[in-house]
Amino acid sequence: MLFSPASEGECAEIIEDCRRTGQTLDIQGGNTRAGLGRTAPADAILSTQNLTGVTLYEPAEMVFSARAGTPLRDIEAMLAEKNQILPFEPMDFRTLFGAAGEPTIGGVAATNSSGPRRIMSGAARDHLIGLRLVNGRGEIVKSGGRVMKNVTGLDLVKLNCGAFGTLGFLTEVTFKLLPAPRDSGALVFEGLDDASAIACLCAAMGSPFEVSGAAHLPLGVGEGRAQTVLRIEHFPASVNYRLDRLAHALASYGKPAHMDHAATTKLFADIRDCAPLAEPRERAIWKLSVAPTKGPEVIRTIAKSTEASWFYDWSGGLIWLAVPAQGDCSASGVRAAIAASGGHATLMRAPDAARAEIPVFQPLSAPLMKLTAGIKSSFDPDGVLNVGRMYAGI
Amino acid sequence: MTHIAFPPPDPAIIARRADIVAGLLAILPSECVISSENERRAYETDALTAYRRLPLAVVLPRSTEDVSAVLRYLHAEGVKVVPRGAGTSLSGGAIPQEDAVVVGVSKLNRILEVDYANRVARVQAGVTNLGVSDAIMGDGFFYAPDPSSQLACTVAGNIGMNSGGAHCLKHGVTTNHILGVRLVLIDGTVVDIGGAHMDAPGLDVLGLIVGHEGQLGIVTEATVRILRIAEGARPVLFGFDSSEEAGACVADIIGHGIVPVAMEFMDKLAIEITEAFAHAGYPLDVGAMLIVEVEGSDAEIDAQLLEITMIAQKHNVRTIRQSQSAMEAALIWKGRKSAFGATGRIADYICMDGTAPLGKLAFVLKRTDEIVAGFGLRVANVFHAGDGNMHPLIMYNVNDPAEQAKAEQAGNEILKVCVEAGGCLTGEHGVGIEKRDLMLFQFNQTDLDQQMRVRAVFDPRWLLNPAKVFPLDGRAA
Repeated sequence: MLFSPASEGECAEIIEDCRRTGQTLDIQGGNTRAGLGRTAPADAILSTQNLTGVTLYEPAEMVFSARAGTPLRDIEAMLAEKNQILPFEPMDFRTLFGAAGEPTIGGVAATNSSGPRRIMSGAARDHLIGLRLVNGRGEIVKSGGRVMKNVTGLDLVKLNCGAFGTLGFLTEVTFKLLPAPRDSGALVFEGLDDASAIACLCAAMGSPFEVSGAAHLPLGVGEGRAQTVLRIEHFPASVNYRLDRLAHALASYGKPAHMDHAATTKLFADIRDCAPLAEPRERAIWKLSVAPTKGPEVIRTIAKSTEASWFYDWSGGLIWLAVPAQGDCSASGVRAAIAASGGHATLMRAPDAARAEIPVFQPLSAPLMKLTAGIKSSFDPDGVLNVGRMYAGI
Repeated sequence: MTHIAFPPPDPAIIARRADIVAGLLAILPSECVISSENERRAYETDALTAYRRLPLAVVLPRSTEDVSAVLRYLHAEGVKVVPRGAGTSLSGGAIPQEDAVVVGVSKLNRILEVDYANRVARVQAGVTNLGVSDAIMGDGFFYAPDPSSQLACTVAGNIGMNSGGAHCLKHGVTTNHILGVRLVLIDGTVVDIGGAHMDAPGLDVLGLIVGHEGQLGIVTEATVRILRIAEGARPVLFGFDSSEEAGACVADIIGHGIVPVAMEFMDKLAIEITEAFAHAGYPLDVGAMLIVEVEGSDAEIDAQLLEITMIAQKHNVRTIRQSQSAMEAALIWKGRKSAFGATGRIADYICMDGTAPLGKLAFVLKRTDEIVAGFGLRVANVFHAGDGNMHPLIMYNVNDPAEQAKAEQAGNEILKVCVEAGGCLTGEHGVGIEKRDLMLFQFNQTDLDQQMRVRAVFDPRWLLNPAKVFPLDGRAA
């Protein structure tokens, strides 16, 4: 069964009906990230496919609103005309999942999906400033708004960003924007081991040059030797100036090659989409978030007990890790390493059977789990929406 | 005469005051428990000084464990709790009530760890905002949110209100800079959320905690992002004939793909008042003024200011003052930074905090002037133009109850205009008690009920800062 409401009111009716009749709903946008999260079978699908269209775009205010099912592609094209961007570089999951659909802006919000620029400009959750949703009671609720300074009431916007639709069916989202950088370029240091590479990335992030991408592709992951990459996005003269200053400041890590705008754009799109590890598709993929300097040790621990490939983004704080999709997909090893380092790990790609068994999201402390269950219940008391997508029963 | 209602104090609690104080003294040493009337007076209000309530008692815990023990006790006794940072809230967020115990975080004032490689600092929540930056500035780093009260206000208070500041146009507000908190729930449970890494796992409870206005718990520690200071920064001052031209210039700068670090607006009255006080050399023959600051190397600053100045010329800028030295730059900022204080010298004022969409700024400013004039009062406008966060300062005589009532009414009408224009009631000061009863301007009851159900997950008995944020009528059972 597929519901494709064309209005917010219709969404509310459907959800209210389902609540009354005890049916559960699986929320779907462009269906490009269905492989993400726990497997959570439901009685019917509730789709945003008929909830499309930009409802507000004010380039001079750096803000737009769109219905949740609006394809991301349409939004990015609209912004490009005015030289603006979504600052957080949302990931395109099709590379990882081989999915065919079109990512939607609602999916971006629901999964708090951010790419390399997150290290400088913040995550999707930092740019989502307003939303409308239908909760599991069939009520239309709004939070936030269209202005970038707004502290009125509890922030239900952030709470729903990355909630994977477990609290509400998003109908409309409002994001703040940034001007598109007029130019970009990168420095590439070659042949560094993980520890030196992370030290280099951290030194660069601690410089005044506003590095907007800081990644390390170890030997065998990128092309040729290990590559440690630092991106600057700015006015053309500033890109050159800053890359030079940065190369000078980081001279102890070697003499870096310069990468031009086109190559930089391509490389960071690949990093954003986890392209270096997407093949072979049989491997399970983990995403680890740690304090950057903890990364190499975490990897050393994990790689002791399994065959692994990995690369680092976010100055080393984001680790993409590929392991054989066998047994628990290395969950016990990954989670033990994280327990020692702090941070969290999410199983981003694994066979359905594995995602049904293994906690996909980082298990929470008992008090946080209790709060999570309470918050779920405050939005969706009878468990209609995406139950179990993040945590069992929630 | 005050116009905002407080819930009637619970006489049963007040009657048990001596027992409750004794209970607190069993948990904390006497220097952490304030019970004499004289000393409690110091805590009866915050920066919304027109409202005062003497608290039942005040406690100043020394650790997360102390906070936990105090809350566990008060929760068991059914006593209300009002969290307090430095008491600089402009919305009355820290004003106590007679049947509540104030829990202040002022003794939690240590910076626990600074980690430059990972660009984070772990601090106790009672550290002042400026205290964080001061501790790391020598090494070239700073903590970005910079509310005007940063000398006094605490990280705990900033987290409570999701505070902004003049430089949040580029750097964002508090919620964009908090990576983790240690939170004590009303029953004494200690919860750690997030840490020195990006994006706490699970639901974004951290995002909910920032801006919670003391409704969900007490934050005792925070992990904050720290940033490297830019190579340089320089402001330029522009004078325009009208607010419309200044507003159009702001929109055009952003339209050109330039996001300055700050864009501050002052209207004619604000210019006159601050110039008389600060002697910053502000132009007195203009109708509105902008201070625009950009960052980078000297050459980068020159290039950006050249482009910005050309944009300003398209909007008929009348006065341009470039700063040629650090001293001139400081002088340009001196007036802006002393604007509230300078206004306070000539009159009492209430500082509103609504946000309007940039495209509607000129309209909202015009309506602000008309509304305030309609009440026979004066208003000075000083605000963050880049993000539309307005701060009309409505001047009145605090000793004239009728005039105070008019000022509050004018403020409420201005906020209504902000909301109707597509903005909001509060951009950075919080709802507190001040805007509690206006929440239905912006939200409907369903929106508020959802917020209150979330609130109830943390504090089902409404013991935490209960007089604030949500209208007293229509509270969920």
